[in-house]
Amino acid sequence: MSVVTPRQRVLEEHRQPHQIPDEEKHSTNRKERVIEFIIKLCGVSAIFIIALIFLFLLREGLPALTQVAISDFADARWYPIEGKYGFTPLLFGTLLVTAGAVIIAVPLGLVTAIYLGEIAPTWLRDILKPLIEILAGIPSIVLGFLGWLVLAPLIQKAGAPTGLTALTGSLILGYMALPTIISIAEDALYAVPKEYRDGALAIGATRWQTIWRVVMPAAKTGTVTAIMLGIGRAIGETMAVMMVTGNAANINNFQANIFLQPVRTMTATIAAEMGEVAQGSTHYSVLFAIGIVLFLITFAVNSIAARIVGKQSRSRGSSL
Amino acid sequence: MEPKIVIDSLSYTFADGTRALREINLQIRPNQVFVLFGPARSGKTTLLRLLNRLSDLTEGSQISGTITFNGRNIFAEGTDVITLRRKISMVFAVPTPLPGTIRDNMTYSLRMAGIRDRSVLDDRTVTALQQAALWDEVKDRLDDSAFALSGGQKQRLCLARSLAMQPEVILLDNPTSGLDPLSTAMVEESLVILKQKYTVIIVPHSVQQAARIADSAAFMLNGELVEIGDKDLFINPADQRTEDYVTGRFG
Repeated sequence: MSVVTPRQRVLEEHRQPHQIPDEEKHSTNRKERVIEFIIKLCGVSAIFIIALIFLFLLREGLPALTQVAISDFADARWYPIEGKYGFTPLLFGTLLVTAGAVIIAVPLGLVTAIYLGEIAPTWLRDILKPLIEILAGIPSIVLGFLGWLVLAPLIQKAGAPTGLTALTGSLILGYMALPTIISIAEDALYAVPKEYRDGALAIGATRWQTIWRVVMPAAKTGTVTAIMLGIGRAIGETMAVMMVTGNAANINNFQANIFLQPVRTMTATIAAEMGEVAQGSTHYSVLFAIGIVLFLITFAVNSIAARIVGKQSRSRGSSL
Repeated sequence: MEPKIVIDSLSYTFADGTRALREINLQIRPNQVFVLFGPARSGKTTLLRLLNRLSDLTEGSQISGTITFNGRNIFAEGTDVITLRRKISMVFAVPTPLPGTIRDNMTYSLRMAGIRDRSVLDDRTVTALQQAALWDEVKDRLDDSAFALSGGQKQRLCLARSLAMQPEVILLDNPTSGLDPLSTAMVEESLVILKQKYTVIIVPHSVQQAARIADSAAFMLNGELVEIGDKDLFINPADQRTEDYVTGRFG
């Protein structure tokens, strides 16, 4: 073993790490540590701020639970002046309007994204994509006007008792969620490697089969994110919905078509009443309790999305 | 023997004006390994992609001349591109398993062609995996993700996936580019078996590989077809440029 071949010697020499002068080593290390610390600080502060917001909500909202009996929350009437904090009509209103918006926006948004990403010629995509992204920037209050002045009269003309209904809210919210869904879903489709399409087409898939069985599954993570962000926007939206849904916290007299009745959402309730309550009163903390519920709903939506996305990436194995 | 594919004064220009192919004339007989070799950017892949009209996906390009497959011009109006691609299928340099299990990958093309019968699907899966020399390695894990396979296995899966369609012609675009010598040898060996049933057109990884596997070969340079011949092409090339490339003086 004492004989060292030239080749071994060369290998041995290369194994020695290059010596870095001590001073230089120190300064790069310090720089690295400072940068690392700043990045860590940013990450941690994001978590910290969210935690603080939640704590604040809890502090202001929890007293409601001691002042109002749980059974009272289940009541069907929301008359804060008479001390009736029936929460169900508000939850019902939010869920109804959001569900309607999702039913309208998700299929339409995905199909539009597929058209833009997979079917439209490049020049058309280059025109449409920025236009759609501009739509996302229209202030919600402007869409509220549109719903109030154009959509509501149309719906009333179509036979509803009033134009300010859950359907009106769903249409406006769906329209607001569309640009988000289209833009992000299209990005996801665009990011699918060209090789997937080639691979599918090369074994005799039609264009539609390629899109449906190969491109869409490959882009699942991004499309789920797109849908969730769209839903998030719909749940959290306040002003436009307040303007067009009629704001009647009422689920006692159902219409034949539940979408054609006025409703009131949780967000609209907070926005409308927060300015008039006495700080620290029962009404005040009940409004914060509604905020907690909204927070939890958003949290649930995000967790479900994370689960779907997580399953997808695990099933794909380690190479992607 | 009737040629399987006849290429007649084929020229191809990309949208930006680059002429990728100039006046290619070529006849490919059935049941052989036909090698298209030459340096990078000589038009080999472009020619392969034209053969099953994957070139349709490139916007704004211009084609002149004809490619005749089984006696019919594939550029003729009314050609069913999907059927064409089921008969002339392609395997790429980068293995591209589709999202899903190994079994999913094997049956994608069949299910897309409307075959639902479970026994047919299983049958074709087994046969094709055996032909691609992959069966022994995956027979116990058909329902695992295709992405969990090694690079060499993925490439053989892509080959098997094409074979499951029972095509007539298989186009292989540098199928061993990312593979280790052992996997390369396995792919090369499977070609010998495959040519009994199929016509194999392959862009090889190297001149050495070309010489090992070719029944016929064509040397391409800058979009032109320099020389066509059999195995002899690698020993006694007629054209000086071919000789320079084969002996390693450039490329």
